Amino acid sequence: MRVFTKTTGPVLVLEQENIDTDQIIPARFLTATSFDGIGEHAFADWRLDAAGEPISGHKLNEARARLSPILVAGHNFGCGSSREHAPHALLGFGFRVVISSQIADIFKNNSQNVGLLPVEIEPQQHARLLQLDGEGITVDLEQCMVTVRATDGAEQCWAFTIDPFARHCLLRGLDRFDFLYQAEDAIQAYEERP
Amino acid sequence: MPVPESLFDKLWNAHVVQPQSKTTPAIIYIDLHLVHEVTSPQGFDLLREKGIAVRRPERTLATLDHSTPTLPPGADGQRPYITEQAQRQVQTLRGNCREFGIELHDWDSPARGIVHVMGPELGATQPGMTIVCGDSHTSTHGAFGALAFGIGTTEVGYVLATQCLLQNKPRSMRVNINGRLGEGVTAKDMALNIIRHLGMNGGTGYVIEYAGSAVRSLDMESRMTLCNLTIEAGARAGMIAPDETTIEYLRGRAKLPQSEAYEQLTEKWLQLATDEAAVFDCEVTLDAADMQATITYGTDPGMSVAIGDPVPVPVNASQEKALRYMGFDGGQAMSERQVDVVFIGSCTNGRISDLQAAASVLRGRRVADHVRMLVVPGSESIRKQAEKEGLHEIFTRAGAEWRLPGCSMCIAMNGDLVAPGMTAVSTSNRNFEGRQGAGARTLLASPETAAACAVTGHVARVSDLSAACLEAGQEVA
Repeated sequence: MRVFTKTTGPVLVLEQENIDTDQIIPARFLTATSFDGIGEHAFADWRLDAAGEPISGHKLNEARARLSPILVAGHNFGCGSSREHAPHALLGFGFRVVISSQIADIFKNNSQNVGLLPVEIEPQQHARLLQLDGEGITVDLEQCMVTVRATDGAEQCWAFTIDPFARHCLLRGLDRFDFLYQAEDAIQAYEERP
Repeated sequence: MPVPESLFDKLWNAHVVQPQSKTTPAIIYIDLHLVHEVTSPQGFDLLREKGIAVRRPERTLATLDHSTPTLPPGADGQRPYITEQAQRQVQTLRGNCREFGIELHDWDSPARGIVHVMGPELGATQPGMTIVCGDSHTSTHGAFGALAFGIGTTEVGYVLATQCLLQNKPRSMRVNINGRLGEGVTAKDMALNIIRHLGMNGGTGYVIEYAGSAVRSLDMESRMTLCNLTIEAGARAGMIAPDETTIEYLRGRAKLPQSEAYEQLTEKWLQLATDEAAVFDCEVTLDAADMQATITYGTDPGMSVAIGDPVPVPVNASQEKALRYMGFDGGQAMSERQVDVVFIGSCTNGRISDLQAAASVLRGRRVADHVRMLVVPGSESIRKQAEKEGLHEIFTRAGAEWRLPGCSMCIAMNGDLVAPGMTAVSTSNRNFEGRQGAGARTLLASPETAAACAVTGHVARVSDLSAACLEAGQEVA
């Protein structure tokens, strides 16, 4: 897994609430047996026409979309299916972080497992971020802090919380698998219980 | 005195391999791992990459369901896969199961079916178990008093390798449904009412236990429908304490011991019920008598109304967007909507009782001329049972297509699609934009309602049916 410590860059805002995993990656792209290249299909039904050509004027087709490391999305992002193709598609598209006021459980877990940082923040801060489309912000996992520039030019810092183990693994690029695999003795003892 | 525990607490505690600490999640043992072709290939790759075996192949059970065609092989004997890639995905699972010694219910198995239909049918799903699958509707198995939830592909690999998962204990919610469901109101309607009440994210972070007299009086297939839809309120797992209904359903199933050994098991199962003084983080109580036959009008399963009610007027931009996609105006009568496609099937409502319910509506009636109707049994054994009962003839005589088991039009990745702009009434679980095909508009409802819509050709209740059919001259002897 890739190390994540800190990212600074422009934000891409998708303000719609309840963006589900069928929007992030439609089911017809799930027949592949590898995640390679799946980023090309991210939000396919939003940004591509029936012939697979980009729909002009869609925000996700602007040159800046692929250069935005931070996606700010409406409440309850990633709801729906357990397809891990969804965080892989966002990573493949170019995002490293997704921020919302609520992120669905399975998607959040999958994101942490594949190296996409899910950040949940307070509603007022979220509302402010939704206004910052295209502006630069910093997401610092070491400090658990989102930094934005206020209208008067001063910096504003907002703390966020994240599962400490997920943070630990993301900061070091550690695979959670190793932690599980090292618990072999405990697993064996469990299996041998009467 | 021991601390009073909920069903969820009891299952959680019984499966802790290593407890949660301030800095690390708990390690939880998984009793049953269900596998299908779509979310498993990269999980098996992890094993090969690390050079390790499947830890407990006998606790792993695989089927083909998502990418599989529901039409029979053509004259050349070839199954009509939508793409070569879909066929390769199936071949990949076949190869992986062979390589790692996993029981696969392939095309030739009389038990093959949708993963959440097959597990319970075989009795692989049992009370007190932890069950996972790379599929969010794994919550279905909670109907048996199992702790069952969907996982991602990375975790599929973890479970294959270690039979364990890393988990922080979720919060607990009890949803009590008291009273009695009215005539013609089903578990699907109950679930849609609960999702509307909680909101599609109201269950996020929770495991839900369903309780109350209306839940107790549901049969096992209805309980599966209810637990299946738990994820649509954001909760990963929904569960119901095992009781006599559970025990009777599982008796004699292939993966369970018989006679005395079975009775001994059932005694343990009955002890799993939530202790009277157990405390939940959140408790919700609803009255079944307030619930009516329900249908969705929007693009999430929480956006539903009683079928006789008008489409609600949108109150925010997201709702406006949903109505625009669906082609509805706020205040419009649901019954005005013409229906183009009806789909009966899925892990939500593709069981024998669902097919029986739809057939009882269609018996002696015809599907409206402009409606395409697909009936897809949830498993091979359901297909056989339905054919034994002559249900397939009722469907085909009415003008519906009778297909082979699979997920089919619910996830629409096998070629069973709803065309852009068309309205489908579906017994499945998701009405997201494009779920049943790009631009498709999905209305979720019970099998009874879906069948009534097929006959009238517009949104209708079963109770609307007789008059409407006579009027249209569609009722046949």
